Amino acid sequence: MDGVAPYVTADGRQIGGVLMDMRGITLRFGGVEAIKNISFDIREGEIRAIIGPNGAGKSSMLNVISGFYHPQDGEVWFRGEKRKPMKPYQVARLGIARTFQNIALFEGMSVLDNIMTGRLTHMKTGLLAQAIWKGRAEAEEVANREIVEKVIDFLEIQAIRKTPVGRLPYGLKKRVELARALAAEPKLLLLDEPMAGMNVEEKEDMSRFILDVNDEFGTTIALIEHDMGVVMDLSDRVVVMDYGRKIGDGTPDEVRNNQEVIDAYLGVAHE
Amino acid sequence: MLYREAGDFKTSYQADSQTFPIAFDRWRYWAVLVIAFCVVPFFVNAYWANAILVPFLIYAIAAIGLNILTGYCGQVSLGTGGFMAVGAYACYKLMTSFPDVSIVIHIILAGGITAAVGAAFGLPSLRIKGFYLAVATLAAQFFLVWMFNKVSWFYNYSASGQINAPERFVAGIAVTGPNTAPWAQYMICLVFLTICALIARNLTRGTIGRSWMAIRDMDIAAEIIGVNPLKAKLTAFAVSSFFIGISGALFFAVYLGAVEVGEAFGIQKSFLVLFMIIIGGLGSLFGSFAGAAFLVLLPVALKVIGVDLLGWPTDLVAHLQLVIVGGLIMFFLIKEPHGLAQLWRVAKEKLRLWPFPY
Repeated sequence: MDGVAPYVTADGRQIGGVLMDMRGITLRFGGVEAIKNISFDIREGEIRAIIGPNGAGKSSMLNVISGFYHPQDGEVWFRGEKRKPMKPYQVARLGIARTFQNIALFEGMSVLDNIMTGRLTHMKTGLLAQAIWKGRAEAEEVANREIVEKVIDFLEIQAIRKTPVGRLPYGLKKRVELARALAAEPKLLLLDEPMAGMNVEEKEDMSRFILDVNDEFGTTIALIEHDMGVVMDLSDRVVVMDYGRKIGDGTPDEVRNNQEVIDAYLGVAHE
Repeated sequence: MLYREAGDFKTSYQADSQTFPIAFDRWRYWAVLVIAFCVVPFFVNAYWANAILVPFLIYAIAAIGLNILTGYCGQVSLGTGGFMAVGAYACYKLMTSFPDVSIVIHIILAGGITAAVGAAFGLPSLRIKGFYLAVATLAAQFFLVWMFNKVSWFYNYSASGQINAPERFVAGIAVTGPNTAPWAQYMICLVFLTICALIARNLTRGTIGRSWMAIRDMDIAAEIIGVNPLKAKLTAFAVSSFFIGISGALFFAVYLGAVEVGEAFGIQKSFLVLFMIIIGGLGSLFGSFAGAAFLVLLPVALKVIGVDLLGWPTDLVAHLQLVIVGGLIMFFLIKEPHGLAQLWRVAKEKLRLWPFPY
C-alpha cells in the first residue's frame, strides 16, 4: 500500500502521493460492527470510489472521515499526519469538504449565500470589523465573492444565483450543494451519492462536473455511488465494502473481475 | 412605475450586495432617516413620545435583538424580559456608582454586561434545541427577575425595591429624570436604534450572519462546512442580549424612569417581544420594526377607536385588545409564518411589475 510512486494516468492527470490513509478502522454501534478493520488510502489527485451493497458501511466510512463518527479502533492519517479525534468543523478546516446523500442545503438562504457559507473557513474578520462592515469585512466579502462567482460560472448556475434554495428542483439543489463544497477549495472532496435520484441527463452533467473539478482544480475526490456504470467510468480506484468488511480494492477492471465482489453483488449459490 | 431595477446596473459586488438594491428603496430609506432625525423632533409632544414613538423605538431595538437570536440563529428564547432587566439594573448600578461618566457609555456598558449574561444563559443551547431550549431560557427569565427582587444590592437597598433613574445629561440636555423634554427622549432612543439597526444589518449580511442562518437551517450541514456551533450560538446569544440590554436600559432610564422588576420586565415582556418578531417576520430586520410598530400602535389605535370614537368602556377595550392580539398571532402563524415582512416583500414583488404584470 505504501511507497507507490506518483504516476500519470492514461488521460494525463497527475496522481501524487498518499493524501489520506485509513488504517485499520473499526466502528461499532453498540454490538453492531459497522466497519470492521478496514484500511485503504486516497492518493492526491485521484478519484476514489467506495462501493458496496446497501448497509455495507460506506456512508459510515465517509462519516468517519468527516468527523461525525469516531472509530473505536484504527487511525486516520491526513497529509502525512495522524489525525486526532476531531469535530466536523475542525475537519472542515483541514480542507475536507463533503456533500450529503440527502441534500443538506440551507433552505432559507439564497443560492449565493449558501455557496458563500462554503467560504467560511477562509474568512477571518472578527465580530467588530463585521459590525463596522466598511473596510476589512467588506473587502473580504468581495474577495470571497469573486471566488464564489468562479464556482458559480464553473457549475453553470448563474441564473439562479439569488433564488432561495427552497424553490429549486432536485437536480439543481445537488449542483448547488456541490458548489458549496467546491467554494471551500477543499484538498479532499467527499461526495455521498452525488447522482442518487437523477435522470440520465442530470447524471451525465454531474459526471462531467466531477471530472472537470478533478481535472481543472486537481481536487482529490472520494465518492460513494450506486450506479456502477458511473463508478467504473469515473474512478481511478475502487474500494468495495460488504457487511463492514473490505472485499476488494483496485482499479475498476480489477474490481470487476474480483470473484468476491461478484458474489457480494450477485449472491452465491448455496449447495 | 418608479419601482424598477431596470436600468439600474450593478457593476461591482459591493453594489450588487447592498442593502437596498432598488434605487427607489434607497431614496425612501434616506427620506425616512431625514424625517426621523430632522422633522419629527420639532413636532413631537409628550403624548406622542410617551404613547407611541419612544416605546416603538425601544421595542424595535429589543425586537432586533430577539430576531437575531430566534429569527436568524433559530434559538427560541423566552428570556427577553429577564435580559432587559439585566440591562436596566446594570445601567442603574452604573449610573449610581459612576455619576460622572456619560449616560451613553453606561447604556452601552449595560448592553455589554447583558451580552455576557446572555451568553452564559445561552450555554444550554449547545445541548438542547427547540421547545426545550425555550424552557431553559424561561428559567433565565424567572431566575433573573427573582434575583433583582431578592438581592437588595441591585436596587441600592431602597425601601420600595424600585430603581429610579437619576437625572443625566447628554451635551447639557437632560435625557433622564423628570425634566426630560419629549424630543430628547425621542432623540436618544432614535440614535441608539439607528446604530443598533446598522450593526445588526452588517452582522447579518456577512460571515457571522450566514453562520447563524446555517445553524438555523441545518446544524449538521453547518458544522460540516466549518461553522463552530458553540461559537455561532454563543455569539448569537451575546449579540442578541447586547441589543436587548440596551433596550432594557433605555426602557428604564429614558422611558419609565422608575422600575419595579416584576412589573416592567416580567414574562409578559418576553412574550410581547416574541409576538413582535413573529408578527413582524422572523429573520428580517424590517420585520422587527414592523412588529414593534404594530404591537405599539395596536393598543393606541384600539383605544382611540373603542373609547374615544365608539364610547365603549375602557376595560372592554383592554380585553378586546388581548383577544385581537391572540387572534392575529394565530392568523399569522397559519397564513403567513414570515409575518408582515413577507407581506411587504410580496407587495414589492407585485409593485415591480405594476401596472403591467404580464
